[in-house]
Amino acid sequence: MNPMDIIIPVLTLTILGVAFGIGLAMASKKFCILMDPRIEEIYKHLPGANCGACGAGGCMGFAEALIHGTCTIDRCSGIKEEAQKEISNILGIELKARIKQVAILHCHGGNKRAKDKFIYAGIEDCTAANLVMGGPKACRYGCIGYGSCVEVCSFGAITMNDEGLPVVDEEKCTACGNCILVCPNKLFTLEPTSKIYSIRCKSLDMGKAVMDACSVGCIGCRKCEKACPVNAIKIIDNLAVIDYEICNNMGKCFEACPTKTIGRKKK
Amino acid sequence: MEIGKLISIAISMIFINNFILSKFLGLCPFLGVSKDMKPAISMGFAVIFVMTSSAIITWGLYNFILIPFRIEYLRTISFILVIGAFVQFVEMVIRKTSPPLYKALGIYLPLITTNCAVLGVTVLNSNDFFSSGGAVAGSFVYAVCQAFFAGIGFMLALIMMSGIRERLELIDVPESLKGIPIAFIVASLMSLAFMGFSGFKL
Ligand code: SF4
Ligand code: SF4
Repeated sequence: MNPMDIIIPVLTLTILGVAFGIGLAMASKKFCILMDPRIEEIYKHLPGANCGACGAGGCMGFAEALIHGTCTIDRCSGIKEEAQKEISNILGIELKARIKQVAILHCHGGNKRAKDKFIYAGIEDCTAANLVMGGPKACRYGCIGYGSCVEVCSFGAITMNDEGLPVVDEEKCTACGNCILVCPNKLFTLEPTSKIYSIRCKSLDMGKAVMDACSVGCIGCRKCEKACPVNAIKIIDNLAVIDYEICNNMGKCFEACPTKTIGRKKK
Repeated sequence: MEIGKLISIAISMIFINNFILSKFLGLCPFLGVSKDMKPAISMGFAVIFVMTSSAIITWGLYNFILIPFRIEYLRTISFILVIGAFVQFVEMVIRKTSPPLYKALGIYLPLITTNCAVLGVTVLNSNDFFSSGGAVAGSFVYAVCQAFFAGIGFMLALIMMSGIRERLELIDVPESLKGIPIAFIVASLMSLAFMGFSGFKL
């Protein structure tokens, strides 16, 4: 074999590549556009998740939108407090205080406390399992437990505990709401971190049916409704719902609930 | 070079061998940019422009570099190189000289860099017109013409698709078929319809 057979193609390609590279480099000098240096600055402080939740095409697009004033910083939910300050410094605007929110799971029926309806052997994904007769749990409103929310959280804020229930890490959660979208039973809501009590059930069934399926379900007994001195809890369709506008963390409902449906954050 | 041959190339590239609907090249922009008529048309023009100019450049590359060195087998990779660099360059020039046009083309221009239809047309050119070894007289005109009409065919398919999809928005599509699934079904039906042209012999 003639060594030229190898050298020529390699050389040709190299030369072509280098020539184009140099050409492009020179062209980019010649045709360079002055970009607002602040865009780069801001981009450095953004989380870089490119989740698109802010409505821009990615973090770079968001930085540009900020400069052009078509977007506000609070549209990005992934951003840290300090970074927000930095960015508002760069933009020369004042920062409004933001109420930090966190995703709360409204189901406590893990595989120890909620009964099973049948054994599911399909794809291990909540949406898929939910398509089969509303999931393998006896309660069709509750957490299916295959962790689609864990998958979707780009910030690693959700882990599964030994009961097969997702647990949200309040520190890591940025309130982006992806888990809300993915959960087929809509078990997550975003609530202010300052609130410590929450109803950990979504079942609209009558009390008897709830009790048959799960030991921590809301049976609609109205004890919490009566116990709350400021009337922040209402029973709607057999399910207790807390109005966080009114709730002031008194915890009377927590003590009153016979099924321990109401959860309290450890603080 | 005869006019007859040019016409037959045109008909063949637009209808019989339509890049999207018969050759299944460039499907990503076809599905991605065909939601509305307006961007579809801009994309169409961008593709026509890039296809034609890359045909010109790759013709030169093939005839003056690859063939003399007898390394025709490197054409795919070297064509990718040329097209990539060229599109980058065009993007820069447009960005500098005409910001409104740059805005209008937006993401579509960089999208074309890696568009298989563009590469496809250059490879097809080198198959069809240069394979007899050395530069065939007139091959340049044929090659450019083929690329241009391939672009026209691309644009035609894109415009038809966007027209249909604009109407699809308004009708009652079953929930599970909304969006991309129904677009795929429409694309396959259009492709079947275009298969009807394959009986033509030119
Ligand atoms: S996505 Fe919903 S159902 Fe699935 S594990 Fe998470 S909370 Fe449970
Ligand atoms: S996906 Fe849910 S838990 Fe994860 S950061 Fe977003 S809101 Fe928080």
